[in-house]
Amino acid sequence: MADTSPNPQDLDPNAVHGCASGGSCGCSGGTDDVSEADMDAPMDGNQVMGTYYDGGKIENRSMGGLALTRREFATSMGIVTGAIAAAGCSGDALEVFKQTRLREMTQPQVKEFLARLEREYKAKYNTDITVGATPPAEGVKFAYALDLSRCIGCRRCVHACVKENNQSRPNPEGEHNNPIQWIKVLEMEKEKGINLEEADPYYNPDKVPREGHFYMPVACQQCENPPCTKVCPVQATWKEADGIVVIDYDWCIGCRYCMVACPYGARRFNWAEPHLPQKDINPNTHVLGNRPRSKGVVEKCTWCIQRVRNGRYPACVEICPVGARKFGNLNDPHGEIRAVLENKRVYILKEDLNTQPKFFYFFGV
Amino acid sequence: MQLRTRINLSWLWLVLPLLSCQSAPGKAAIDGPDPLHSEPLKQAPAEAGLPPNPIALAMHSSETFAVAKPPISEDMWPCTTCHDGNDVNRNRRVLKEEHTNIQLHHDEEHRWCLDCHDATNRDYLHLASGVTITFDESYKLCGQCHGDKYRDWRMGVHGKRTGQWNGEKQYLLCVHCHSPHEPHFKPLKPEAPPARPTSIR
Repeated sequence: MADTSPNPQDLDPNAVHGCASGGSCGCSGGTDDVSEADMDAPMDGNQVMGTYYDGGKIENRSMGGLALTRREFATSMGIVTGAIAAAGCSGDALEVFKQTRLREMTQPQVKEFLARLEREYKAKYNTDITVGATPPAEGVKFAYALDLSRCIGCRRCVHACVKENNQSRPNPEGEHNNPIQWIKVLEMEKEKGINLEEADPYYNPDKVPREGHFYMPVACQQCENPPCTKVCPVQATWKEADGIVVIDYDWCIGCRYCMVACPYGARRFNWAEPHLPQKDINPNTHVLGNRPRSKGVVEKCTWCIQRVRNGRYPACVEICPVGARKFGNLNDPHGEIRAVLENKRVYILKEDLNTQPKFFYFFGV
Repeated sequence: MQLRTRINLSWLWLVLPLLSCQSAPGKAAIDGPDPLHSEPLKQAPAEAGLPPNPIALAMHSSETFAVAKPPISEDMWPCTTCHDGNDVNRNRRVLKEEHTNIQLHHDEEHRWCLDCHDATNRDYLHLASGVTITFDESYKLCGQCHGDKYRDWRMGVHGKRTGQWNGEKQYLLCVHCHSPHEPHFKPLKPEAPPARPTSIR
């Protein structure tokens, strides 16, 4: 629902304008004003036309045999249903129905959306959860490095990640138990080198590292050329300007094409309603990151987008007891990532697939 | 910075063997309110008239690192409570009365306590050049032999840093992960493995 009127306010991404100029107030205005040309125009970060995100071009695909576009269809349905719902339903329910994708929202719409999410989480979890939407910083391209010579396979990162990112916990009493972990640590034999086919993620000795073994944690590689985003039929996943591949949890239809496309097995699907006890909730969340998800959507590592966009290190970096995990700005010539790339032997997982990961394994010795 | 680091290193490796032979024990007693965390003592080597000591230059470069508190137990600090500087026995020996819990497995054939701990003031360490350093500068001491690790640590590649990726960082000292007397990293108990697909309902 990008506002396309040549209002000078709209050209300023920081301008906060009233709801009269957008569709955030619940009226149906805005959507029909979007021309095809505007939809296809690349959204440059500096010339954001009232949109919050500069995630890039969103193709306008028409639906099957219908002459209507998906959005026109949805909007017209929204008007019809909205008229019905206005009588009985609460305002939030109507907003949920009318919600567009995050990348197309204007700033007031995003603000309204985040507030609604916080209300929903408060009602569901009885906890105050803040949902942020810090955008990418200019000139920043995140990258990650992991020292395979140091990692001892202790899985501290896996569990710190679960806590930080509100992943679904095991639910022994419930109907479903679908614990989700974004990091998978593979144990491999030193003699055989990096051999994914014989790698064991279920190792559980008394002490690690085991003699003759090394460990390779695998999570989202935040590819510069991500195969997962290309296959999404609804373009609910994309690469942000700072290189983090994110998912619009409210636009994901759960088809899991992206999970098939990902060569690293980095994406996870919520087969059941996530089990997130109130005491375990991390209340500091990002709309594209660790906010509680719902059943039927895909989720993945975002390098703790809620932390790194505010200058902090990802939770896995902070917890690692051997300091094997490095994180920083690839564009910073004096940062640790560049130091690794310039001075160490670097290994890129499945480099031959041309996914161009920004996750670099290296050998510190 | 990296260029400078390499230059420093080449200096180090060239001069280290020479100068470690020259290290002089004779130093004035050191006063300081809190040697554990105070500013580094820029004490010159005892041999007056020599050209500037390259090791001291390398080790006392203007680079400063915010480091976590050294892992010294409170009841053992300050060392000068017991080691008052009188009657120092400089003979190499196995300790049988105190510090018996310390097992030296760190090039123990060639070194012992007073090669790192300063005999004159036990609240300090000293470099091979004889320059004394505080405990929170102990990375300089380690860097004398482990120059490659010292270089990597300063760049943030070896060891652990916390704080802000785009701002202030706090370094862990070498000794936070590697006991200086027994540096090999101790194995840990791993956290729980993931659920196998067969156990997920």
